[in-house]
Amino acid sequence: MYLKTLTTAGALAVLSATTALSCEISARVSIVGNEFPAIQTVGAGAQECSGAEVSTNLTADHQQINVAGMSGNPAEYTSAIIANSSIVALMNADVIRPLDDLVEAHGEGLNRNQLITINGQVMAVAFMANAQHLVYRADVLDQLGLDVPTTYEEMLAAAEAIREAGLMENPVGGAYAAGWNLAQEFNNMFIGYGGQFFEPGTAEPTVNSEAGVQALEMMRALSEYMNPDFLTHDSNATNAEYRAGNVALMNMWGSRAATLVTVDGVPQEVVDGFAIAGPMTVGGGDIPATTLWWDGWTVASNISDEEAEATFIAMMNGIRPEMMEDEDIRTQAVWLIPGYEPTPAAVGVFAAAEMGSVPYPMLPYMGLMHTALGAELTDFMQGNESAEQALADVEAAYRAAAREQGYLQ
Amino acid sequence: MKHRTFFWFFLPTGLAMLLFIAAPIVSVVIQSVTAQHEPVLITVETCTPFSCTEETTIDQEATRELREARPLGRFVGLDIYLDRGHLAVAEVAEAWRTSDSIGAFFSELGDLPFYRAIGFTLTYTFTVTPLLIILGMAIALAVNTLTQKLKGIVIFFSLLPMIVTPLVGSLIMFWMIDNRGVLGNFLSWLVNDPDLSVKASTPLMWIALIVYGVWHSAPFAFVVFYAGLQTLPEDQIEASQIDGATRWQQVRYIVVPHLMPLVTFVALIQLMDNFRVFEPIVGFNASAHATSLSWIIFNDMGGETRQLSAAAATSVLTILGVAILLSPVLVRTWRDFKGKM
Amino acid sequence: MASSALRAPLSLRVLTKGFIIFWLILAAFPFIWTLWGSFKVELDFFSIADWTNALTGANTERTHGSPFTGAGYEGAWVQEEFWRSVINTFIVCFFVVCTSLTIGTLGGYALSRSGYRYTFWLLITALIFRAMPPITLVSGYLLPFFEWNVWGILPTTIIVLVAINQPFTLWMLHSFFQNIPKELDESAKVDGCTQFQAFRLVIVPVMWPGVITTGLFSFLLAYNDFAVTSMLLSESNRTMVPAIAAFLGTTQTEGNVMFAVAAVVSATAPLFVLVMFFQRQIVSGLTAGAVKG
Repeated sequence: MYLKTLTTAGALAVLSATTALSCEISARVSIVGNEFPAIQTVGAGAQECSGAEVSTNLTADHQQINVAGMSGNPAEYTSAIIANSSIVALMNADVIRPLDDLVEAHGEGLNRNQLITINGQVMAVAFMANAQHLVYRADVLDQLGLDVPTTYEEMLAAAEAIREAGLMENPVGGAYAAGWNLAQEFNNMFIGYGGQFFEPGTAEPTVNSEAGVQALEMMRALSEYMNPDFLTHDSNATNAEYRAGNVALMNMWGSRAATLVTVDGVPQEVVDGFAIAGPMTVGGGDIPATTLWWDGWTVASNISDEEAEATFIAMMNGIRPEMMEDEDIRTQAVWLIPGYEPTPAAVGVFAAAEMGSVPYPMLPYMGLMHTALGAELTDFMQGNESAEQALADVEAAYRAAAREQGYLQ
Repeated sequence: MKHRTFFWFFLPTGLAMLLFIAAPIVSVVIQSVTAQHEPVLITVETCTPFSCTEETTIDQEATRELREARPLGRFVGLDIYLDRGHLAVAEVAEAWRTSDSIGAFFSELGDLPFYRAIGFTLTYTFTVTPLLIILGMAIALAVNTLTQKLKGIVIFFSLLPMIVTPLVGSLIMFWMIDNRGVLGNFLSWLVNDPDLSVKASTPLMWIALIVYGVWHSAPFAFVVFYAGLQTLPEDQIEASQIDGATRWQQVRYIVVPHLMPLVTFVALIQLMDNFRVFEPIVGFNASAHATSLSWIIFNDMGGETRQLSAAAATSVLTILGVAILLSPVLVRTWRDFKGKM
Repeated sequence: MASSALRAPLSLRVLTKGFIIFWLILAAFPFIWTLWGSFKVELDFFSIADWTNALTGANTERTHGSPFTGAGYEGAWVQEEFWRSVINTFIVCFFVVCTSLTIGTLGGYALSRSGYRYTFWLLITALIFRAMPPITLVSGYLLPFFEWNVWGILPTTIIVLVAINQPFTLWMLHSFFQNIPKELDESAKVDGCTQFQAFRLVIVPVMWPGVITTGLFSFLLAYNDFAVTSMLLSESNRTMVPAIAAFLGTTQTEGNVMFAVAAVVSATAPLFVLVMFFQRQIVSGLTAGAVKG
């Protein structure tokens, strides 16, 4: 007992010493971002700074408020934590500033690959990576003598074998909920088939292509092995199916792998059989049918230089390498921070990066395409219309939106 | 009452509505006829943690100049109202020309987001509203026959569906109708089909949404009608009983006419609310099967790139829709009002 | 009606009783089911593997050693500090109801006592205002609110909720005041009162049934609102409904559904109490004419 108290006290002393040394700021810092644990950790790290107030607003609705909250002058938020899909909205609205001089002055210890550079200017500092990859039940595959699938075709075969053997009625899981999730699964598959979303350099859509049709056909083939309610299953519901032992194969977010079987009440065979692997390819392609994601922070442009500097210093404190010594923090995400040792749960994301997966496109009009896909593909998935018709609808819906926003004439 | 006195009495509430409803409506109307400037696109090298690639992005310098020149954006007139996401005039005309039958024309229409949403919104509005009035009336009549002691507890439980948060209520229902949930299982057992899934079938999903709508709003109708029954003209009832009117005739010729103004009131409020149906669609994750105008607004504003002008146009169309829907009631109110003067 | 009920034929009485029981099950079952399920673990609550798990709590028993667990409540209230949202909700509701009734009674009274044509148009305008989907209104507020530095705090949300709620309040109170005889305040004015004095001394004492009912509807609106509170309140000022939505999680991150379920039950409990205390007032207020469209 005595020993324990001593070490705790010692650790605290060290912690406060480093905090006092490394993080002293002179102007307000205000952070908006998503609310998941890794971001909470970064926010808490930034709040350890002393000298001025550091406030955070971490909420799932951050995307609805960050542009408005950074548009005023001075901006309410001095920093927004975003991902590669959502930085586009901030850049479109021109509310974040280049960070080159701040990186120069206070960015020692950052890895080169943490700097998100657009047109030669650092626009964001990334701190974690994410990707969708295979999550499976090793015990079920072993029982039938099946190999871990590396392609979606093998996944279909394995699903058929599991169903044949009567082990599971619907062995495939997928976050195919109408809207954002369904569109994301299409993106994965479309990229896997080598599809191009747009004509290079323009906003002209090109999803109504052979790759698009193949992607949809594959999604429909997979959906035959899914719970019939798949159009209402988001990633939460899909994970619930896995936990209940109804699903043996699914494409799931790496950020959720660590906690998949740690919640209360998961049956022992699911806990024991839980395994992850890299993303799968499809149609004989080399590029995995998945996308790479990063989360990072930005600094607002409509604030004084002192506030920008304070924000940068505080955010740097939120992603300092010493944090990687904490076991809990290490398992929260696949960190890009120097000194991070990958945990077993990070295998899938690392495999995705090593296999040459492509990042989710950071195009100004990709969000419009994503929305159009999410709304228009449901008719096809229900078997109400052909793949070509669905993709033509997607392009038409996208065109209307892109014309409104001025990307197409 | 003098104009001056009226003005001072009405000022606080009028000001609140002017600032927080009228002003946003004006800005929404302006938004719906303007769009952001055409951004100037350039292709530049973009580096992420994974690789460096050539990607298209917005040329901020050039676009900023455009913005500063005309801060409101570019005027597009009714373009947004007429585009595919809204009234889709060109697409409807095209469908009219190319389809050989009315059925084919309507199935083409169902492929356009606005008409698909209108289809569900109107079906929902015009099934839920009468059904909830009938159910509410039936509950009110039934509760009114109970003894005083029982009434309290029955009224208490009857009001529950109304007071619970719509989002929460629809989530609870959504959990229960899952094909492994308690209601889903019950339904499967009822029709003897173990694979029955409410969430996978469009007609069943529509029915589920309608049932939820009736369940949620019937208590409102019930409590209003029940209150109305308390002021029933006792003497007329007695007179009719002496004349030998049957129970049904009493309800038909005395109770219902007495409650008629209340029916209008409930219909007015409920038509309006049902036309804006939104929470159940989100709560039920039903957008693959059913969409509504409010859902379109939500979807336009929720994406990574927010389509404010599109959402504004849909909002204006919603208001117009409600105005058309309510016009018979409004005309009646106008007549009443003139009669009173 | 009570007298005629005594003479109702047996078949009709059975039918009526049967119908009421059917309706009560319909109305109450989802709540009882959720209350029951809130003491289980997630797998039992959803009972994806086998629906009887929801009754027996097989997975709950394996994890916690008993078929019931308060883990959801502990997580929501202690770990996630749901009580903060509860306090916020009650602050918002209290001020929304007070403000909305104060300005609503004044306006509704004026509308009922003025015979000019513009009162009709004001009422119709209010009705059209009510047709506006709140979600669009809210998106219009964001920019100016950030600009004026009033975003995220409770007073802003309170004022917005009051304004959005005014049309309904005006309509209810307007028709309620119309049923109070005009002669009352007219005679007071003859005795030398100003209009406001007439209102304060003559009308205020008799208006409570209608006002309480209208206030309850305002309370429900503020209590249940999601569109406004989720967009206009910062994380630290959240009310209950957006807090519940936050428990559900997002695409890339884990929610905690059982916290949400426990929070749902917790959020519904005060409403039970409210209805229990006020149901007689709701009915009598409506009876007094607040709903004569």
